Amino acid sequence: MQQSTSHLFHDNVRHAVNDDNLRVSLETMKTGFRFKRLAAIDRLPEFEDLREEGKALKDHVLAHLDLYLEAFEKKVIEQGGMVHWCANAAEAQQVVLDICRSVGARTVTKGKSMISEEIGLNDYLEKNGVQPIETDLGEYIIQLRHEAPSHIIAPAIHVRKEMVADAFRATHTHRPADRDLSEPRSLLDEAREELRDKFLAADVGITGANMLIAETGTSVIVTNEGNGDLTQLLPKVHVVLASLEKVVPTLNDASTVLRLLARSATGQEASTYVTFSSGPRRADDLDGPEQYHVILLDNGRSKMLGSEFQDMLRCIRCGACMNHCPVYGAIGGHAYGWVYPGPMGSVLTPALIGIENAAPLPNASTLCGRCESVCPMKIPLPRMLRAWREQEFERHLTPPRAVWALKVHTALASRLRLYRWATRLGAWALRIWGGRRGSFDHIPFAQDWTDSRTMAAPQYGRTFMDLYANRPNAHITNKER
Amino acid sequence: MSTSRNSILEGIRRSSGVGRPGTPSESERQQTVQARLNDTPVGIVPQRAEDDKGCLARFKEMVLASAASLAEVPNWAAVPEAVVSFLKERNLPMVLTTSLDPRLAALQDHGLLTVRRGVALPQDLIGVVTAVGGVAETGSLVLTSGPDAPTSLNFLPDIHIICVQAVDVAGGFETVWARLRAQDSMPRTVNLITGPSRTGDIEQTILMGAHGPRQVHVIVVNDGA
Ligand code: SF4
Repeated sequence: MQQSTSHLFHDNVRHAVNDDNLRVSLETMKTGFRFKRLAAIDRLPEFEDLREEGKALKDHVLAHLDLYLEAFEKKVIEQGGMVHWCANAAEAQQVVLDICRSVGARTVTKGKSMISEEIGLNDYLEKNGVQPIETDLGEYIIQLRHEAPSHIIAPAIHVRKEMVADAFRATHTHRPADRDLSEPRSLLDEAREELRDKFLAADVGITGANMLIAETGTSVIVTNEGNGDLTQLLPKVHVVLASLEKVVPTLNDASTVLRLLARSATGQEASTYVTFSSGPRRADDLDGPEQYHVILLDNGRSKMLGSEFQDMLRCIRCGACMNHCPVYGAIGGHAYGWVYPGPMGSVLTPALIGIENAAPLPNASTLCGRCESVCPMKIPLPRMLRAWREQEFERHLTPPRAVWALKVHTALASRLRLYRWATRLGAWALRIWGGRRGSFDHIPFAQDWTDSRTMAAPQYGRTFMDLYANRPNAHITNKER
Repeated sequence: MSTSRNSILEGIRRSSGVGRPGTPSESERQQTVQARLNDTPVGIVPQRAEDDKGCLARFKEMVLASAASLAEVPNWAAVPEAVVSFLKERNLPMVLTTSLDPRLAALQDHGLLTVRRGVALPQDLIGVVTAVGGVAETGSLVLTSGPDAPTSLNFLPDIHIICVQAVDVAGGFETVWARLRAQDSMPRTVNLITGPSRTGDIEQTILMGAHGPRQVHVIVVNDGA
């Protein structure tokens, strides 16, 4: 499984907020993805109804998951493909390696796959003498930079073009050193040329799957670049990595998901390439892979069924929740420390690697609710973040100081007069502490608040409740206004 | 890994409480699933797929919106001339690779064109193929693999020319799926293609021609329409 630094969340954040490049990239993201999504949804009056339909569809699938997976498997086998059920990352790694070895593979090309990231496939293959080559431009860039993706649909969103140029110069050393790599266009053209040869030389192509279709035994990939298609078309063997919950009943159901996915992800009416693959090439086909394998990965998902986190399994990995998350927008994806960032990651990561390894993540949210309101699958992310916080608290994973502070707060808040007295005392003390400036750069026990901002002292040294009670016109009630 | 197969399926049934009192019986669940797989119910199809504007007009509008270019010809015999004028306008070489669809055979007879038929080779610049359908809702082309249609032609050449018969243009995806179901079996590959290859992976600048075709040109053949 992919290593995690989620438990080091606080250090990761400190690093992220001081990264100027990251700040610029995240600003572009906000204007880009958000506006485009909104415009696309405005053009489709049925979008809200489609969300309901998508939610109902996924709930139906999750209630019959065993049966749909069996139906899918049957169809794949009928068409000459193979299905490999893997309980965890280690099993999936082994199956992929065995397939690669069975054809003597030296290089494998890869389409974008979050499951591959989840099981740490690249490192594993490399250690075992098989060279993996990422072909999605964003994935290629971060592979050269030896980094993890920082966004589920835009893996290199944190990388500026100058950094891409540096990575290309360091890797493509057979090219003239003085070539112009100042523009995205020249960078893209270079990557296209470099990767063409890799596509043609690979022995095995590995892709993810946005969906599996039970009706037809089909895996579906959605891309804009066409890299996934060259990956699965040219080599002898096509391996599909998919998690259990990716299955949908029929081609019609797949259409519902597609209508939601493209708009929520990139604001497109349709992604450029939606490709449906069923089995290996047919006897009289002119091209296509000779072998077709689907890896069905559980890795903790079956345990989420029937739990308070089941709704997370409706996720179609569109990225909208992170595009709209104020926390993600401030710290980027790497700070989350594992494969899935943003609100969906804060819910999914603890489920897959254990809350004890990811305790800070459910707290990385203001619970503002924007994620849920944009989620095409209406996943109640804030509710589940709260549920994790409760578990974290119950299992004593909350830092002792926070537990103590909460206890004090509970004791005070349940006694109104004591509470007023204590907050007055606090406001007065802060006023004195703030001195003439009326603000401070440092509060004991709250460095995380004051490290990156100055904190204003309470005005006039009075509490909000006092100010409110003494406001002009305080005698007029809201109704009379 | 058949041991994992059984333990995963058992795990799913256990977690989701299959067989618990008050839940649907095994045979009821089977029936629900079989019914959905057999009946393939159609959900919400956006109205724009089938409104007064008409399928074909909507399709053409959406093709252009996807950053592809478009031409119309009265019949298959007029396709070679349309291909030649597209290539001329853009100053492209008159050397093509086409699929084995007999409707494209006339391209070989055009004096200005040098034509090879078959799978795409790495050096191919221009590919000409036929689509089995179009989707008005999104301006997507539907291409299937088969004995006369190699998928490599859809991805390796820089310029992708796709011919589609007007009568094959449908409103939404569901109509196309119904047509596929009427065939004996699913083709190995069904490609829905909407515009040229693109990426936004470098600073979110949208650029055409990432790994697939840099340009897509759609020729609508009005034969029989
Ligand atoms: S949780 Fe919702 S918004 Fe976030 S990636 Fe999943 S489907 Fe998209």
